[in-house]
Amino acid sequence: MKVLMSGNEAIARGVYEAGVRFAAGYPGTPSTEIMEEFARYEGVYAEWSPNEKVALEVAIGAALAGEKSLACMKHVGVNVAADPLFTVSYTGTNSALVIITADDPSLHSSQNEQDNRNYAKFAKIPMLEPSDVQEAKDFAKLAFAISSQFDTPVFLRSTTRVSHSKAPVTLGDITPYEDKTNISYNAAKFVMVPANARLRRVEVEKRLNALKEFAETFSENKMEMNNPEIGIITAGMSYSYAKDVFPDFSYLKLGMVYPLPEKMIRDFAARVKRIYVIEELDPFLEEQIKAMGIKVIGKEIFPYTLEFDPGIIENAINKYEHATPHPVHKIHSIPHRPPNLCPGCPHRGLFYVLGKLKCFVAGDIGCYTLSYMKPLEGINSCICMGASIGMAHGMSKALKDKGRGKVVGVIGDSTFIHSGIPPLLNMVYNKSNALVIILDNSTTAMTGMQEHPATGFTLLGEETKSLDIKALVAALGIENIRVIDPHHLKTTREIIKEELAKDGPSVIIAERPCVLFKKAKTENKKPFKIDPDKCNGCRVCLGLGCPPISWKKIAKTEGSKKAGYAVIDETYCNGCGLCKQVCKFDAIS
Amino acid sequence: MTHSKTKSILLAGVGGQGILRASDIVCMALIEAGMDVKKSEVHGMAQRGGCVTSHVRYSDKVHAPLSKHGSIDILLAFEKMETLRYLHYLTKDATIIVNADEIYPPAVNLGESDYHPDIVSFLQSNYKIVKEIDATELAKKAGNVKTANVVLLGVLAHHMDIKLSVWEDVIAKAFPEKLRKINLTAFQMGNAA
Ligand SMILES: Cc1ncc(C[n+]2csc(CCOP(=O)(O)OP(=O)(O)O)c2C)c(N)n1
Repeated sequence: MKVLMSGNEAIARGVYEAGVRFAAGYPGTPSTEIMEEFARYEGVYAEWSPNEKVALEVAIGAALAGEKSLACMKHVGVNVAADPLFTVSYTGTNSALVIITADDPSLHSSQNEQDNRNYAKFAKIPMLEPSDVQEAKDFAKLAFAISSQFDTPVFLRSTTRVSHSKAPVTLGDITPYEDKTNISYNAAKFVMVPANARLRRVEVEKRLNALKEFAETFSENKMEMNNPEIGIITAGMSYSYAKDVFPDFSYLKLGMVYPLPEKMIRDFAARVKRIYVIEELDPFLEEQIKAMGIKVIGKEIFPYTLEFDPGIIENAINKYEHATPHPVHKIHSIPHRPPNLCPGCPHRGLFYVLGKLKCFVAGDIGCYTLSYMKPLEGINSCICMGASIGMAHGMSKALKDKGRGKVVGVIGDSTFIHSGIPPLLNMVYNKSNALVIILDNSTTAMTGMQEHPATGFTLLGEETKSLDIKALVAALGIENIRVIDPHHLKTTREIIKEELAKDGPSVIIAERPCVLFKKAKTENKKPFKIDPDKCNGCRVCLGLGCPPISWKKIAKTEGSKKAGYAVIDETYCNGCGLCKQVCKFDAIS
Repeated sequence: MTHSKTKSILLAGVGGQGILRASDIVCMALIEAGMDVKKSEVHGMAQRGGCVTSHVRYSDKVHAPLSKHGSIDILLAFEKMETLRYLHYLTKDATIIVNADEIYPPAVNLGESDYHPDIVSFLQSNYKIVKEIDATELAKKAGNVKTANVVLLGVLAHHMDIKLSVWEDVIAKAFPEKLRKINLTAFQMGNAA
């Protein structure tokens, strides 16, 4: 039977088909739906952990207890999980452990474009990479088999175009769950002190050699011999793009991108005249193949940055082969349409106020990052999840008196729980003067409303204890704690100013649920209107950057300086009334 | 073995317009009609009012879910100005279906850029088949503004070789009972427009 599935749905299905019933992850585009889909299957345990490091450790614990387990995250999540990652490579997995890394070439929704194939080589862990939705399912299943066979964690790498494409998928049989859990002790294998780790280190190299042998006959490393003039070595989505434009070339398609099947590559090289290595981002395959002494063409013609499409591959090779490039129509210049805070978003009020206070706002990652744009220009830095608090503290220490009352860190609720707690503790310990604002909108909004430890629900939909953020902040030693509703601009401004003026670290918790958050049932309010006669064209409301408010130019009339007036598009107005609060002419009702 | 040429449709618009649901329905209709289909989309921030696109490609064997420049046969634009953003993707005889809806991006709201005037006449002077439709208005008539995406599918169905009964079956399956009738009406209104 064929079913239309996304890459992420297919991965979840593959994991389930493998008989796996245990998964831990942290949301992050493009990986999020894998956990959400997996959680819907019967009889599974699936959890959102507070961050990726915890998720991987949870999965490792389950694996050591004999339960096949999955850890799931986006590419930058692996950075957070890197510490346990490098050492679980030494211990092995006892049962089976697969780590999904969902990479994001082109940075569609990420802060960087790192190529996580490098982690496979760095941590000496095998990696599979599917080229389409069907393979996404099949490879998820294979990854668990390889993990069991070689006592190694296995990476499954997806990219945005695999995770978020859809295609008909042939489903496979579901391996019934077998409970093989027990407590087993093996200090030499699981206590990684130097004496033990040195011995395991050798085992890792042996395992890698065994995996290299395995790669030579692995069913998903495939040669497709056609035209012997040109051979393509590729993997992942690049294979599908290349096949689309060059169906007649010969291919060596690698389902396993680490470690590589050297003999197979040499054999392929001997059978074709010229070889192209086609891969997005880093020359990961290319460098390894060149190190084998094989001549290939790669990054000298293919871009290092951004994702490919069939046209990019076609143009690069055709130019090289001296054919005429594909005609491309002229691109029109039109205004950008960046994602924006929603109408009624609770973050808008806060950043409207902050933007006017002339502070340095060390930002973080979440919907609120979108406030960096005009007109709000509400945050001044964004590096990675959790960075806001540490950076604000560092900046305030470095600036000394110059920074007094001028440095703020802002962080969302999910991000605070993810990686904001130790840096806040650090602010107390090291006597900071900076202000931290926690934007508590009761959900993980940016990635699509996932539960977290302060929402009161688990991924499986069970009710649970809800973290009291205020009590936690107090327990860390913060004495100045204020709770505000960022929708009330006047009090928001007053309280921020008061806290900025204080000695020692302060925390403001800005509480108001996300407008897209269904459980909070934000009441449906009436849209607002602007009276064009009362509007004097001051543009203050436009400074909110609210999508339904726009500027309407008018022809200049004699005796009037008014160049235009603001209008509200009623279809999109959410009726929050922030604009009414900022209007000095009572033109909005 | 030679395969039939892969055809491509690009659905484009603004987050929140129901583009991904619409492209799912197109895929399901193509599968029902016996085609191989692949689609690709970027929806990381789909609800935040940014650009959303979905490529749908079909033939008897599709490899890539993403189309190259100069290869899209039909552009279904859910927002008027968004058409302009993707013209380099179209073949020169592409069909363009454009919703009359105008959603202003921030620079236009702030009065820093103009919303392009005369988009439709510009398109008409460069492309043979350009169909403008006020899907929002028709959706309101059908009984729910949110069905504008399905109104547009009604127009699209005119330009594809799939039986209406297949479309209607698929649409019926795609919505829960209480939204079924209204979406079928929306589809028919778009198809008759
Ligand atoms: C290490 C890492 N994991 C995951 C992500 C994906 N991600 C971006 S923002 C975010 C959470 C945002 O939630 P919150 O802080 O509550 O802010 P909101 O979007 O609700 O305003 C996540 C999970 C990431 N960028 N980096």
